[in-house]
Amino acid sequence: MTQAGSAGLVVEAEVKRGGFTLAVGLAAAPGQVLGVLGPNGAGKSTLLSAVAGLTPVSAGRVTLAGQVLDDAEQGTFVEASGRPIGFVFQDYRLFPHLTVAENVAFAPRARGLGKRAARSAASYWLDRLRLADLAERKPSQLSGGQAQKVALARALAGQPALLLLDEPLSALDAGTRLDVQTELRRHLADFSGPCLLVTHDPLEALVLADQLIVLEGGRIVQQGPPALIARQPATGYVARLVGLNLYTGKSDGSAVALTAGGTFVIPDQGQKGDVLVAVRPSAIVVSVQRPQPSSARNTWHAKVTGLTLLADRVRLDLDGQPPALVDITPAAVAELALAPGSQVWLTVKATELEVYAHGAAPAG
Amino acid sequence: MVTRAAPSRLTARERARRAARGGASRSVPAPLLAPALIAVIFLILPLAGLLIRAPWARLGAALGGSDATQALVLSVWTASASTAIALVIGVPLAWVLARSSFPGQRLLRALVTLPLVLPPVVGGVALLLAFGRTGFAGRYLDSWFGLTIPFTPLAVVMAETFVAMPFLVITVEGALRSADQGFEEAAATLGAKRMTVFRRVTVPMVAPSLGAGAVLCWARALGEFGATITFAGSFPGQTETMPVAVYYALENDPDAAIALSLVLLLVSVLVLVSLRDRWLRGGSPL
Repeated sequence: MTQAGSAGLVVEAEVKRGGFTLAVGLAAAPGQVLGVLGPNGAGKSTLLSAVAGLTPVSAGRVTLAGQVLDDAEQGTFVEASGRPIGFVFQDYRLFPHLTVAENVAFAPRARGLGKRAARSAASYWLDRLRLADLAERKPSQLSGGQAQKVALARALAGQPALLLLDEPLSALDAGTRLDVQTELRRHLADFSGPCLLVTHDPLEALVLADQLIVLEGGRIVQQGPPALIARQPATGYVARLVGLNLYTGKSDGSAVALTAGGTFVIPDQGQKGDVLVAVRPSAIVVSVQRPQPSSARNTWHAKVTGLTLLADRVRLDLDGQPPALVDITPAAVAELALAPGSQVWLTVKATELEVYAHGAAPAG
Repeated sequence: MVTRAAPSRLTARERARRAARGGASRSVPAPLLAPALIAVIFLILPLAGLLIRAPWARLGAALGGSDATQALVLSVWTASASTAIALVIGVPLAWVLARSSFPGQRLLRALVTLPLVLPPVVGGVALLLAFGRTGFAGRYLDSWFGLTIPFTPLAVVMAETFVAMPFLVITVEGALRSADQGFEEAAATLGAKRMTVFRRVTVPMVAPSLGAGAVLCWARALGEFGATITFAGSFPGQTETMPVAVYYALENDPDAAIALSLVLLLVSVLVLVSLRDRWLRGGSPL
């Protein structure tokens, strides 16, 4: 867990907040963007709050570049104002009574720079994030995307050694989100310290993070490179997020008996024991009649229980052994005359199945 | 029988109102109307009397009399001074009450707001007992520094501050309680120490309430009578504030009394106008 060594951020701690306990061990190396993905109430914000010093840990410690920020056993604690951090809040929290330039100059001022020096530090960051035109505006006169950039500029202007981003794009509408995301990615790449990015949006995590941690119920349930987590989710939550069918089952090496019913034939020399099987919704073929024997090895019967129109395809909700989500084109829905209650056959090739060990998170 | 009451007349205007805003009849039942009217007359009539009896033609002369002018000047500067003192010591007190926690905090809050309900003359007696020449604190002020407070302009300021400061304290405390502390957290993550947060974030964010509290405090100080006359007396030019001057002028110079009263009435109206956003539009008070 401490492979990032003393150079980055290391959290080995427990944080109690009300009846909730967050217990995590994580490390983020300098220059690395560590994504923290999880549903609401998983403890993501609590984690940021503890790293920022807004909530003390109840056990364990938080260190940055080898320096102790919080140690429950030793009783050491560095106040939030004494930590070299930049925090971009979900709701930005730009000071409403200050202009954009004054907001960005806040950290340099608070860390002891004179008025003029702070002002020029602010204008450097405003230029760098191309916000110079907005310098004299009040936060209430900014669009969501602009406010997000100002919040980032304000956090960076304090020259932090560690950057904390709490759902940085969640307050934006879909249109501006992509633009801001692209730009944010660029700025994160320029940032030399470790960065902790909290999100519940898997796409945001995939695009922005180098490493990913999945948090559920205050525990880390999976960690690794985003691409691997997207392909081999460890829990139903992540599978739903990335839009995969996920099944648990027992494998004998050539077939998996699924917990939800049914059996999948898997490629030879597969995993043995408790496994997870992930299937893309577009990899499953739907037919009205029982298909002729083909190269596809897995065929089962199911009933359509729901149809949802996504952007360019229709997602079928199917009840069977096992149940499945399947994506097909609107034309196919019309041609097969599918409606809730329709009886269909599902087919998937063994090679389309992603089979991996259950329990142990996939190695990063 | 189809209806239980004879049909009444509905004017076109009332029809339009009910159609636009909905709701049933808004006519006032007679048992409520009469007492309400009496209340209105009771509240308005004295003020009307003041306006009717005012010596409009000689207003300038009445106010220009040296006693009246002195009282006016004294009142304005003492009320301003006590508001300034209340800001300097009352705002930190409001912060302590709102943001920190310590044993006996609730008791302290009750004590601090006591002058709001305490009869001012009792406040004056209490001040006299504490800071009078033989009072338990005044004794030492007198023997160590040769400082005598009662019956001086300083006593006026102290009496006004004692009575008026709680208005500022509870207004600001309420604002601090309801203020979004997320901004203060943000300031802390930007490296601001507690005092910097207070100065650069907390105070500006509660500025509207601070202004309202200061106006309330100033108006209360300006009208202070009971504590002032008890603790500071009524020496013209020294401790005779406007309300005290009105009280004495009523005997020998009624025109001056009325003119001074008009000035106080005008100030009250201005205070109401300046606070209208907070009080007159159904917003939550304080």
